[in-house]
Amino acid sequence: MQQQSGTIVTRQEDKHGESAKTIQPEQGMAATPIISVEHLVKRYKRATTNAVNDISFSVATGSLFALLGPNGAGKTTTISILTTTLLPTSGTVTIAGYDVAKKPASVRENVGIIFQKPSLDLNLTAEENVRFHAALYGLYAFRPAYALMPKEYQHKVQEFATLLDIKEDLFRPVKKYSGGMKRKLEILRSLLHQPKVLFLDEPTSGLDPNSRHSLWTYLDKVRAENGTTIFLTTHYLEEAEQADQICVINKGNIVSFGTPTQIKSELVEEYLLIDAEDRAQLRAELARLKLPFTETPRFKINIEGSQIHKTLKAIETPLTAIETHLPTLEDAYLEIVGEQQ
Amino acid sequence: MIGAAREANAIATIAFRDILRFLRDPARLIGTLVLPVIFIGILGGSFQANAGKQLGYDYLLFTFTGIFAQTLFQSTASGLISLIEDRENDFSQEIFISPISRYSIIFGKILGESLVALTQAVGVIGFGIIVHVPFTPERLLGLIVVGIIACLLGGAFGLLLISSFGSQRAANQILPFLIFPQFFLGGVFSPIQKLPIYLDILSRISPLRYAVDLTRDIFYIGHPDYDKVVLHGPGAGPLFNLIIIGAMFTTFLVIGTTLFVRSEKNR
Repeated sequence: MQQQSGTIVTRQEDKHGESAKTIQPEQGMAATPIISVEHLVKRYKRATTNAVNDISFSVATGSLFALLGPNGAGKTTTISILTTTLLPTSGTVTIAGYDVAKKPASVRENVGIIFQKPSLDLNLTAEENVRFHAALYGLYAFRPAYALMPKEYQHKVQEFATLLDIKEDLFRPVKKYSGGMKRKLEILRSLLHQPKVLFLDEPTSGLDPNSRHSLWTYLDKVRAENGTTIFLTTHYLEEAEQADQICVINKGNIVSFGTPTQIKSELVEEYLLIDAEDRAQLRAELARLKLPFTETPRFKINIEGSQIHKTLKAIETPLTAIETHLPTLEDAYLEIVGEQQ
Repeated sequence: MIGAAREANAIATIAFRDILRFLRDPARLIGTLVLPVIFIGILGGSFQANAGKQLGYDYLLFTFTGIFAQTLFQSTASGLISLIEDRENDFSQEIFISPISRYSIIFGKILGESLVALTQAVGVIGFGIIVHVPFTPERLLGLIVVGIIACLLGGAFGLLLISSFGSQRAANQILPFLIFPQFFLGGVFSPIQKLPIYLDILSRISPLRYAVDLTRDIFYIGHPDYDKVVLHGPGAGPLFNLIIIGAMFTTFLVIGTTLFVRSEKNR
């Protein structure tokens, strides 16, 4: 697994001014980043706050990168800027070495996008959808019928059809396809021009678990075979957990960044909450046992789950309340996101 | 594929997609054919029966030529307005992130919507045959040529609307206010030779006026009613209308495209 290089800086404005939080990701096998985002800010016209608020990150070539956040966090704004359909207010973004604001056409040649909303013409056939894409990217000269297209194109389409198992439905309107099948067709189509980065904007929303699973199996294969970098936005944590790097954003700010393991250790806070009738006695006993605690007013002891039993056994003060807090990554994510709301 | 060849290829693709989508949508196909038929058949027919004699010329024919130009103009203008909504829907999303010039996208869309509108022209002409509009091969050919011109002008007009109003909703709400008066100011089914000065000024800035008059310039060649229906007299009329249409088309296209490309990314 490749590590992203560089420093992640997030800024959060508070009422006293601006405070900066710096997260240093692990330094490691630094690879040339395929995507580099520096101090990106987007404020929509007539908006009073920034939709994306000074974020910086980079994505290593060939990695699976997940931008995770709740609805309205700034994911779609970020992906729109990265895919050149929206201009940033300030900051720079380069993809495959091209600045998105200065060389949008070169960026577009190097990326493929799977939109949140389906981007297939439902009344047209699968083949027509593929043909129009190929013609727009200048891969083949456009011809009004499949039979008039070059042999090379026909061969490629047949290959696709076999892969998707739609040989019989290739010339039928896409509206007859299942949700999962449509998504796969979009992915296949977006890979036609061999993009270096494939953007997936919440690709599995609206798909059933089976389709989601098979879609991910397919994406893993694409990545292994072509070395395509995948940039995913999602609000499903279990999807992000498969990523090499996760960037959690909320309200336009990066709230956490790193590998799933790093995120987990950073975000997940395990603790024990206890209370007693005689709080003075408990306070003294905890000090004697050298157990650091905070009073909330109950006594909060940061502790790993495996140490709970041992700790409780050591306390002799009669307790009136015992509560453990052992969140999953999902709980932690919800907590972070909740704090920001 | 590089440069101009690539852009031309993309323009053809975008235009062909519009036609194919139109042909695959039976409801839209029927809808677009019915409206002109209602206008010409009911309005033209009833006026001809009741007021035809006072006018001194064939009112059905007058309405037919007016509706022909108006249908193509309006249909292409409305088609262009869908460009805003489209960029967030279906395959149009793909068009907007493909590595082609924004100018090619707009031109491809105007071309496609013009061709879609021209299929309506076939319906209008078909209905004209039923109500005994006196067609000759020259008149048919002339109608097709002026039809294409009316479409392109309508497309550029639609582009100017979407670039000025930003959202499809706003553009769609404004469109009736800008199109409906042009029915009368442009002389689609009412004579406009004599208008009070304030209406005359409005009429002269209505793009549809020139498309309608050009249609009559061409269609009425050799017809006894020619002098009664055209606005600018024989000889100079078609050329005058063409120059004005050319100037309006170029102005709308340049301003519209510039504004659209700018507003699309600077949201």
